[in-house]
Amino acid sequence: MFDIIPDFTATPKIDQVGVEERASRFTKRSLKGETKLNGLMLALNMIDLTTLEGKDTEGKVKQLCYKAMHLLDAYPGLPTVAAICVYPSMVGIAKKALGDSGIKVASVATAFPSGQSTLKVKKEDTRFAIAQGADEIDMVISRGKFHQGEYNFVYDEIAAIKELCGEVRLKVILETGELGSLDNVRRASDIAMYAGADFIKTSTGKIQPAATMPVTLVMLEAIRDFYYKTGKKIAMKPAGGISKAKLALHYLVMLNEVLGEDWMNNEWFRFGASSLANDILMQLMKQKTGLYQSGDYFSND
Amino acid sequence: MAKSKNTLKLKFDSARNLDPAPESAAIAKIADRYELFINGKFEKPSSKKYFDTINPATEEKLSSIALANKADVDKAVVAARNAYDKVWKKLPAKERAKYIFRISRIIQEKARELAVIETLDGGKPIKESRDFDIPAAANHFFYNAGWADKLEYAFPNRNPKPLGVAGQIIPWNFPLLMAAWKIAPALATGNTVVLKPAENTSLTALKLAEIFQEADLPPGVVNIITGAGNTGAELVNHPGINKIAFTGSTEVGKIIQKSIAGTNKKATLELGGKAANIIFEDAPIDQAVEGIINGIFFNQGHVCCAGSRLFVQESVYKLVLQKLKDRIETLIVGNPMDKNTDIGAINSKQQLDVINNYLKIGQQEGSEIFQSSCALPKKGFYCKPTIFTNVAQSHRIAQEEIFGPVLAIQTFRTIDEAIEKANNTAFGLSAGVWTDKGSKIFNMTSKLRAGVIWANTYNKFDPTSPFGGYKESGFGREGGLHGLGGYVEV
Repeated sequence: MFDIIPDFTATPKIDQVGVEERASRFTKRSLKGETKLNGLMLALNMIDLTTLEGKDTEGKVKQLCYKAMHLLDAYPGLPTVAAICVYPSMVGIAKKALGDSGIKVASVATAFPSGQSTLKVKKEDTRFAIAQGADEIDMVISRGKFHQGEYNFVYDEIAAIKELCGEVRLKVILETGELGSLDNVRRASDIAMYAGADFIKTSTGKIQPAATMPVTLVMLEAIRDFYYKTGKKIAMKPAGGISKAKLALHYLVMLNEVLGEDWMNNEWFRFGASSLANDILMQLMKQKTGLYQSGDYFSND
Repeated sequence: MAKSKNTLKLKFDSARNLDPAPESAAIAKIADRYELFINGKFEKPSSKKYFDTINPATEEKLSSIALANKADVDKAVVAARNAYDKVWKKLPAKERAKYIFRISRIIQEKARELAVIETLDGGKPIKESRDFDIPAAANHFFYNAGWADKLEYAFPNRNPKPLGVAGQIIPWNFPLLMAAWKIAPALATGNTVVLKPAENTSLTALKLAEIFQEADLPPGVVNIITGAGNTGAELVNHPGINKIAFTGSTEVGKIIQKSIAGTNKKATLELGGKAANIIFEDAPIDQAVEGIINGIFFNQGHVCCAGSRLFVQESVYKLVLQKLKDRIETLIVGNPMDKNTDIGAINSKQQLDVINNYLKIGQQEGSEIFQSSCALPKKGFYCKPTIFTNVAQSHRIAQEEIFGPVLAIQTFRTIDEAIEKANNTAFGLSAGVWTDKGSKIFNMTSKLRAGVIWANTYNKFDPTSPFGGYKESGFGREGGLHGLGGYVEV
């Protein structure tokens, strides 16, 4: 697919102190007026509304789908979220519930969240999710193999899943909270992109820490370097831990200043989140009315 | 699928065009006119003359500042001498410390106002005066206050004694911070002070005078006289001065050195620089690019230790240049009072002319110029962030201090070549080294002839850390224990 596959043992060096310093600078931007309003709308439109629980049921998923389509009817002109993110067994239900709303269904797969299974099982898991109608697959990488230095194994697994996916967009979850260093985050990002990922994604949401700004910055810079080298755009999805509108805006500032405006839409950037939407809605109502409303005015689905 | 490399461009218009987020100018209380601060009171100048101080971002007048002549300087020095002999020298050290602590706390209380005034008067982004200048100024007073009653531990068995009256002359790039940097160690060691701020940026020093009043600092312990070069010369030549501390240009530093020759006056001079920022191929490249940006564009490049010469190892040159250009495109240039501004106004028309002249010289010398595609405000003094490539050691833009947002980029092949080129300068204030390899850092730091060397970072300052230069960058150290040493007899 690419002229040259780099040596993954020699990925670019990352200096953690410098990354943290740079990441904190984005949080100093002060967004006002239209810039803030557009940012909030955009963030809302970039959400992968997520429920990934053992106790998920048909009822829960249907409610979430309804929420996705009707974020706040009291505020006309709102965008919808980008996608619903569920387990494979819930894909059919979500697909049906969302109908022709245009909201995509993303399914986790490949023995999510640990990925501790055989490639055969992972492929079967993926095949099932796609057969159920998933528009996007969120796979996990084998972190154990990664720590053993078996980068080719990790690469081959991603490539195999991508082959199954075809036109279905593949998000590759690095589970950065288990990788241990930003050097490893960069290495895993490179492996995923060269192996065929359409998105790289930080976390499953099951491990702490999940998405952080420094980790996301390293991944965005990996995407930029990949684009410089190959001309191919890769999308980014931080997931877990982003529950406040203000933090989401910080992420958008970072995206805007690292990858630029071509990435500022939900084809190229997503937030994996469950409670972010309501905080954004609260901020939008504050912008509109000048007052903060009680949480009870925003539906919890 | 691969498009040709190094031609892909990212688009940053939306990142640069944010809605205005201005800090309020109204919180700054600036009087129409400022007098001289002598013996604890604001006094009219015997010259009866005043000069204007303007906002370089708008070219509007902010206030009138008293011009001190010889008689005024004399009055200030006499006040400082009296305060030294009758009050400050006799005060128990821990009492001195209490005053200095009080000053730092009041600076913190007034931080927002001071930041706004610093930005209005000097043109630096409010983000920088708010997050760097003012907090750092308070920290210098805090740090030195702590030493006041512990000097026998700072100089064990050497019985440190104050020098007497210190004449201090400071530049316009970090007005309040430089005042703090000079006044705090002088007071902590028991000296009294006559300080002359730069004529473009007197306001925060005069606000500091109000803070001294509020802190009940005994009259005459610090005197602040305003004016231009002539006032400074009167101060330097005054026989009642025991010590000159100067931060500014190498040119003026040399004049001072000449005029105090043959006198008993001690001196520390912190002068110009043309620092090498060295990027090795094994460096964390994205963080190094940030370091290049911070190194040269911090405070519009009005920084004596600015990383104004960039040396990049040839194997990563193209990549670094591509990233650097993209990063420069994201910088927000404009109104310093906007909280999002990264690069504010050039401090004065005069300095802007100097910088623009170097832009011309660089192109005449055959260097290739690249500037941000950003738009500049119509009024005020502004310069686009600029880099020059195809630069040689023999170019003037690689040799002379420009003191603006202008970077000269050269390449190197080996470590020895990097060291040779970095040291091949009349200056020696600071340097930066970027590599993932610790041993290489220590090798470089032992061979670079510069007072401050940063590894994998740039422009980091701390009151506990000494700062100063080699060669034409001056002598003596300020900050930390070494900084106290400049104000005591041992």
